[in-house]
Amino acid sequence: MPLELKGISKSFGNLQANNQINLKVGKGEIHAILGENGAGKSTLMNIVYGLLQPDSGEILVDEKLVKILEPADAIKYGIGMVHQHFMLIPVFTVAENIALGREKSKFGIISFAEIKTKIKKLSDEFKFDIDPDAIIEDLPVGVQQRIEIIKALMYDAKVLILDEPTAVLTPQETDELLNVMKILKSRGTSIIFITHKLREVRAVADKITIIRLGKVVGTQLPSASQEELANLMVGREVDLAPSKAAFNPGGNVLEINDLSIFNDSGRKVVSNLSLNIRAGEILAIAGVQGNGQSELARAIVNLEKHKSGSIKLDGKEILGSTVRDSLRAGIAYIPESRELDGLISTFSITENLILDVHDLEPAASRGQLNRSYISENATTLVKEFDVRTQSIEANSSSLSGGNKQKVVLARELSREVKLVVAAQPTRGLDVGSIEFVYEKLLAERANKKAILLISSELDEVMELADRIAVIYKGEIVGVVDSDVSREKLGLMMAGIK
Amino acid sequence: MAELNLVQKRKQKSIFTMLALFAIFTLVFYITSSKTEPITFGFILGDEFKLISEWSVSSRVGSGIFMLLALFGIGLSYLGFKSEKSTTLGSVIFGLGSIMSFLCWAAAGKFIPFTGLLQAALLLAVPLIFGSMSGLLCEKSGVINIAIEGQLLFSAFISAIVASLTQNLMWGLLSAPIAGALVSLILAYFAINFKVDQVIIGFVINVLVLGLTNFFYSTLLVPYDSTWNAAGSFSNIPIPILSKIPIIGPVLFNQTIIVYIMYAIVTLIQVALFKSRWGLRTRAIGELPIAADSVGIDVNKLRFRNVMLAGLVSGLGGAVFTIGAVGIFSQSMTAGAGFIALACLVFGKWSPRGALVAALFFGFANSLQSNLSISGVALPSELMLMIPYIATIIAVSGLVGRVRAPAADGIPYSRGNK
Amino acid sequence: MITKFFIGLKKNALLPFLSFIFAFFIGGIIIVVSDPVIMGQLSSPGKFLTSAASRIGNSYLAIFQGSIYDVNLARESGFFRGFYPMSETIVTAIPLLFAGLAVALAFRSGLFNIGAQGQFIFGAIGASYVGFAYELPPLIHVPLVLIAGIVLGGLFGGFVGLLKAKTGAHEVIVTIMLNYIASLFILWLLKTQAFLREERQDPIAPEVNSSAQLPKLLGGDLRLHLGIFIALGVTWFVWWLLTRSTLGFKFRAVGANSNAARTAGISVPFVTTATMFISGGLAGLGGAVHLIGTEYALTAGIAGSIGFDAITVALLGQATPLGTLLGALLFGALQTGSRTLLSNTGTPSEIVQVIQALIVLFIATPMLLKRVFRLKNSIESKSMTAKGWNG
Repeated sequence: MPLELKGISKSFGNLQANNQINLKVGKGEIHAILGENGAGKSTLMNIVYGLLQPDSGEILVDEKLVKILEPADAIKYGIGMVHQHFMLIPVFTVAENIALGREKSKFGIISFAEIKTKIKKLSDEFKFDIDPDAIIEDLPVGVQQRIEIIKALMYDAKVLILDEPTAVLTPQETDELLNVMKILKSRGTSIIFITHKLREVRAVADKITIIRLGKVVGTQLPSASQEELANLMVGREVDLAPSKAAFNPGGNVLEINDLSIFNDSGRKVVSNLSLNIRAGEILAIAGVQGNGQSELARAIVNLEKHKSGSIKLDGKEILGSTVRDSLRAGIAYIPESRELDGLISTFSITENLILDVHDLEPAASRGQLNRSYISENATTLVKEFDVRTQSIEANSSSLSGGNKQKVVLARELSREVKLVVAAQPTRGLDVGSIEFVYEKLLAERANKKAILLISSELDEVMELADRIAVIYKGEIVGVVDSDVSREKLGLMMAGIK
Repeated sequence: MAELNLVQKRKQKSIFTMLALFAIFTLVFYITSSKTEPITFGFILGDEFKLISEWSVSSRVGSGIFMLLALFGIGLSYLGFKSEKSTTLGSVIFGLGSIMSFLCWAAAGKFIPFTGLLQAALLLAVPLIFGSMSGLLCEKSGVINIAIEGQLLFSAFISAIVASLTQNLMWGLLSAPIAGALVSLILAYFAINFKVDQVIIGFVINVLVLGLTNFFYSTLLVPYDSTWNAAGSFSNIPIPILSKIPIIGPVLFNQTIIVYIMYAIVTLIQVALFKSRWGLRTRAIGELPIAADSVGIDVNKLRFRNVMLAGLVSGLGGAVFTIGAVGIFSQSMTAGAGFIALACLVFGKWSPRGALVAALFFGFANSLQSNLSISGVALPSELMLMIPYIATIIAVSGLVGRVRAPAADGIPYSRGNK
Repeated sequence: MITKFFIGLKKNALLPFLSFIFAFFIGGIIIVVSDPVIMGQLSSPGKFLTSAASRIGNSYLAIFQGSIYDVNLARESGFFRGFYPMSETIVTAIPLLFAGLAVALAFRSGLFNIGAQGQFIFGAIGASYVGFAYELPPLIHVPLVLIAGIVLGGLFGGFVGLLKAKTGAHEVIVTIMLNYIASLFILWLLKTQAFLREERQDPIAPEVNSSAQLPKLLGGDLRLHLGIFIALGVTWFVWWLLTRSTLGFKFRAVGANSNAARTAGISVPFVTTATMFISGGLAGLGGAVHLIGTEYALTAGIAGSIGFDAITVALLGQATPLGTLLGALLFGALQTGSRTLLSNTGTPSEIVQVIQALIVLFIATPMLLKRVFRLKNSIESKSMTAKGWNG
């Protein structure tokens, strides 16, 4: 048994992230850990990899009790990990990144020759096509992930942890990764595959452990049905296929013409893009992360500095106006990261709910905040959006992910809105909150608002959208109806028309 | 329209800036100048080989010649811009040409001991170089070091006392890095172990060191000055033959031992940072510490070690003030050199070579200023002294290209918050 | 109710209080160590401890006498005269308060304004010129002088904000450089014709006209002046600005998370510029009040180390207006008392600098105090979030 966990528990404050978790991973086994966001999968793996310490419990490697206090210990015991957020230094070359931590040097000077040959060898073996001298930040995420895998293999990992590895891949790339996992398995490597995607689990896993609210709630074989797995994962019947009102679009609300966006170092991230969205329509942008969709969302509310072209809202040009004026022209903006861009963690819920309108009547008059209105406003919105909190004066950092997103939605949708720009609105949320977000977006659609949905979850895109625009390297590959096949979408996401 | 990317645009802007400055300087120093008195540069300082001993030129002509040099610099920058390579060398040459042109204009009719000017410039630059290397070691690994001033002051203080009490300069020189490291210990302990805001802790350290040195200066160094504050200073060690090369000989190879140590340290840091295992790891923890952690590098331990190392380096810089020059300690004698060193680091875009060039430039500006006022050139010396500070503001405003600190510079590392 | 008050007090005041105690303790050790006579008694511990204790006691007593109430002075010249030190303390605290508020306000917008020194100097320059060059009725002249201080200080600070907003130049580096530029500029300025005093060659500007001077409140040689009311008013204003106004809301939002603020439509460049303008204006006003309240004539040393002490004051007050007020009074007392310290006990006044730095060191490090005093979570600090050069 290459890896065994016994009774692992870990809590953060009042939150029990892991509760008495037992897990056995056999040699050459692909062991999937299935659970919705926030179930405690990543916490468990960070414990195995030495980035976190458990409150109690034991880790056994090859039947021997071990203490993993540092990632260095994990590496020593043959545990490798491909993290959800890549551990690659953007300004270093591939070889430098892979050498880091295991450098060979002569007279104090690092020699990269040996490591480069090794990279080439592994790269050929898996048909990865990696140039050891390329700079990481110039590479697409799919390639970066391959580099992460090579990095783990260089350490002779006997157990390889893959944390949500398919989140950044196209369906075809996902298939390739699943193949790589099978090759690794045939070489005797054990794989822990962390995911919340049922399809992938059933395609590749030998054994499936399902975690809910920090507890193991079941172990299944891949022959289990999707419904069985889903019910175990969420704890109740789920139906993420919400009922949509009939599609009855109005006139154009958003018209984007010939939009180009440059990042701070001058690279073109979106080029000559044109799009339109009608009232009562959800247009989804599908694409692999890093292909310009984040910048597109930000550009619509003028958060991007360097851009050219035209963005019209209800026929009026808004490109080049301020963020404030764009929002007030009738755009609700749900940013990709609630923690970084959506909320101010040290501000109360009350204050977060008026971030956008704090200087407008009735929240303020003559430069002074209207404290009684502001707190009434919070009471109303917290109720309407079902934000679970002890007090409206609590800091937003005290809220769970789902409730944070509800605060953002409450703030953004309580303005006069014509267009909703929702960037990855369900990222990292539990199923209950996802349902809530869907419900709100569809309600806006029913109210004849235009909605731009940017999402890397293909299921979400196909479920919600009326039309899907696929973005690749900053260009729209094509716009298709939502009944398109996954394969077709996948090819488009790789830039193939 | 051909698309210029932003980096290129900035370079284009800086070339336009240089052209505009060129026009102004040429107008003032050459076209409208009526100064025909000769300016004389002296090149001989001691017993070096006599190749050329003096060069005399009419002020106006001299200005013109050096403006041509400046123009050549602009041309070089333009070539760099066209081929999308570095424009730095061109800008440096432009700067040198402009300064020399100004010198010819300002010091018309005067004698300028040019070699001496350079020698003084290097001497003034030495503590800045040590200081900026200290900043570099910290900041490349992700710890902001505002406390360079405190490190310099404290080590100047300690090295003077130790050299006085032992009557041995070598003991003084040995004690200086230790004193610098002691100051670093506070920075490292608070910034790394307690994760206190690094700018704030650095600032507080400076105040603390200033207070402590002032206090002990009044209680010990003044009343017992013959035993506590009579260190003396190192004398120059001319290196045979090399020191006799005209101009660069006396400037580079007739210096005190501390200067020679500086050469070694700068070379070592430049090589080690980009070629060695330590350097790779150091740069890694300054960019994305969690990535380094995930491959088993102890981020905070390495940061701690580098901050301590930085203390040792700036300690040597502190020694320059006392046993490297005047031989005694006086209150707040570093007079902001630590902050200029910080400026050099920024100016040099967080690279050892860049910081070195910046420090030499500031040293030269300072030496020029004092030289001119000694030669009796009527210039508002206060305004001259502002040059390094103004230059730094221009540098950080991105007018000479975008400066980017290491990505994790100033952010304490702990696993919980990534 | 009362317990709640004390819990609140404990949370907010315990940290500064413990820092204070700890700093004085270490300050005491330094005083003893620097005294060769006492150190010579180390061989007999009893004697050493008593003389060390009395040395420290005398020193701190001298600071108290020199800053709050002087019994000797009261015995000689009446009860009321005993308050002379307190008047001096307040006079010293006033400019510290203005500059401290400047730094504190910037902190709340996430900016570290090291440049209060330069802004203070520029405020004093503006006040000095308007003060001596014009002859006006006091009711017009004084406000005009104060406005000159605000505007010059504000522009000098606002420049930093504008530069940061437009180019991203880090305010710490720019303000450090501007401090040097300001001190050199004033040296140069005082040599120019406009600022030279008649028949004087040394760098000192003419005194401001009496119509521009702030009246003394108590008369005699008590220097307490009207500036105290301006200072208190401005403290209230900063409190109002930060907690009640929409502008202050923007400031705090940007200070706490500039990305989220920008996303919600708050203009970060505007906030940066406005903050630095107001911050500079506060420091400049401090320079003006200091000039027309106590100094009257502009000298190169007009700012002393006020702009730097202000940073420690703001840190001590944890960037709140009330905290800064208390911090300024404490530092005012320490600095005033340090003069008596020197004359009564021979301990150099620089010990106060050390104590000041130590207090802030400990305030900035709640973790250290928690460890030393084995406290559990009863200390809360409004931590100044650590940011890098790039952020």
